[in-house]
Amino acid sequence: MTTGALTVPQAVPAAVEVHDVHKWYGAHRVLDGVQLTVRPGEVTVILGPSGSGKSTLLRVINHLERPEIGYVSVNGELIGVKRSGDRLKELSERAILAQRSRIGFVFQNFNLFPHLTVLDNVAAAPVATRRLAKPAALELARELLGRVGLADKAGAYPRQLSGGQQQRVAIARALALRPGIILFDEPTSALDPELVGEVLSVIKDLATSGTTLVIVTHEIGFAREVADRIVFIDDGRIVEQGPPAQVLDKPQHERTRDFLSKVL
Amino acid sequence: MTEPPGTVFLAAAPPADAPSKVLSAQRVQPLRRPGRWILTAVVLVLSAQIVHGLATNTFYQWDRFGYWFLRPTLLDGLLITLEVTALSAALGLFGGILLALARLSGSPVLRAASWTYTWLFRSVPLIVVLIFLYNFSALYQTLSLGIPFGPAFVTFDESRLATDMTVAVVGLSLNEAAYASEVVRGGILSVDQGQHEAADALGLPKRYQFTRIVFPQALRSITPNYVNQLIGLIKSTSLVFYVSLLDLFGTAQTMGATYPGDIVPLLLVVTVWYLILTSLVSVVQFYVERYYARGATRSLPPTPLQKFRTALRGLRERVRREAAV
Repeated sequence: MTTGALTVPQAVPAAVEVHDVHKWYGAHRVLDGVQLTVRPGEVTVILGPSGSGKSTLLRVINHLERPEIGYVSVNGELIGVKRSGDRLKELSERAILAQRSRIGFVFQNFNLFPHLTVLDNVAAAPVATRRLAKPAALELARELLGRVGLADKAGAYPRQLSGGQQQRVAIARALALRPGIILFDEPTSALDPELVGEVLSVIKDLATSGTTLVIVTHEIGFAREVADRIVFIDDGRIVEQGPPAQVLDKPQHERTRDFLSKVL
Repeated sequence: MTEPPGTVFLAAAPPADAPSKVLSAQRVQPLRRPGRWILTAVVLVLSAQIVHGLATNTFYQWDRFGYWFLRPTLLDGLLITLEVTALSAALGLFGGILLALARLSGSPVLRAASWTYTWLFRSVPLIVVLIFLYNFSALYQTLSLGIPFGPAFVTFDESRLATDMTVAVVGLSLNEAAYASEVVRGGILSVDQGQHEAADALGLPKRYQFTRIVFPQALRSITPNYVNQLIGLIKSTSLVFYVSLLDLFGTAQTMGATYPGDIVPLLLVVTVWYLILTSLVSVVQFYVERYYARGATRSLPPTPLQKFRTALRGLRERVRREAAV
């Protein structure tokens, strides 16, 4: 673990610390100096109009996107880079993959492996990263599938399932690595309206279990119910953040008010 | 609608002398297609003519075909064809995978090298490559393994290493790898970007990502294209005759020189054997494709046996229905 100027000096390190992150796609600036701290066990919901950079922010946290300036640390450990003197050096691919295996990520489009059964989808990562032997991984996978209510679908292939079921499998797959933190990138945006509820209820269960969650979503009602903190982001900057009662009911900024008036 | 509403009403009403049977309870009569029947008849007649010609024309000398078909000399040639095909197909696919990975790598040098290789071997005719290799031992007498530009550890005598078989397999593999690399690259590119991201996000090791996640999915589109290649390769092996390796075609050619009267039946023997090989490959292709379709389609395509059973069941049901009417 690194200490010193690059991490926040505190007894318990932040679950996620995003420090002054800038990110460009060509000439387009997606993230413009984002600063965010997530405490362990906290549920953070990121809201914002499309194209505001919220998905990019989430992908920076597990280094699917590399920030041009700034750094991210998870549980006090720098992500994707290491400190060398007063410089940051890129980590090896293997080390980055090892870091990612400690951070769960759930995609908007599920991205299940279509050629593997549901059970193998969930069991793949613990086996591939050599954390569990195959029988133990399969047992864990069965248990997790039971937890998301899909114990009877273990032998099915992902394309034989509904969108909501696929997303629940994707959540079980992320849980199989027992991550301390899980990132959700618009987990219900690709779902038919009647399937949204089953996925949200699984996430709600996780929220009460003490896992740190960072969720990008458009479901304002869900955000109000589950979030400890809401972060509103626009144009690559955090406009305001705070508890749901404050950000959703008494927004301080014009842009937040404007956004909420459109989605509520 | 152009008719006045009254007409429609009248047309829709059942005629006075309609049978007592309700319309909805009747089976719809299928549309008759006389044109289709005429064309079918024409094709059947033409096919019969072709078969009749093949069977009765003495030019084909079917008795001589029977004599040559299982002759040990020709079977030896067939064995050579199979051996050359199998080795070149395996080495070519392996080389193709390496070339495709190089082409998709982050290193510009690897990308350029892979591109140049494919460009070169797709441009040069296979026969030129083979004859070039055949004369290779004149260009380089020895091949050695060692430090580049430094001392050699092992030295091979090229003239002993380069048997006709080696020349044929190396030549065909070099050529095959160039085409296979594009087939494999196309397959890898066909795998959704989300699969790479999901594998990355789970922290799966790179090697596992390729062998267990990306490549098995790529194989679904690689298989039909590579089988196409493979069938081309089976036939290309007939060129090894020019580097004095006696494969199926080469043997037939040699026999034809000795028995000039039997050239046509010998060519027929070769044709039938190539047909058999291609058919076997197609059968294997069906089952390989079916295997890699798991998960890609909601239900697997039926095997010929299953199709046959379904057709039989359908026929039986139809007969029963017709009988009941």
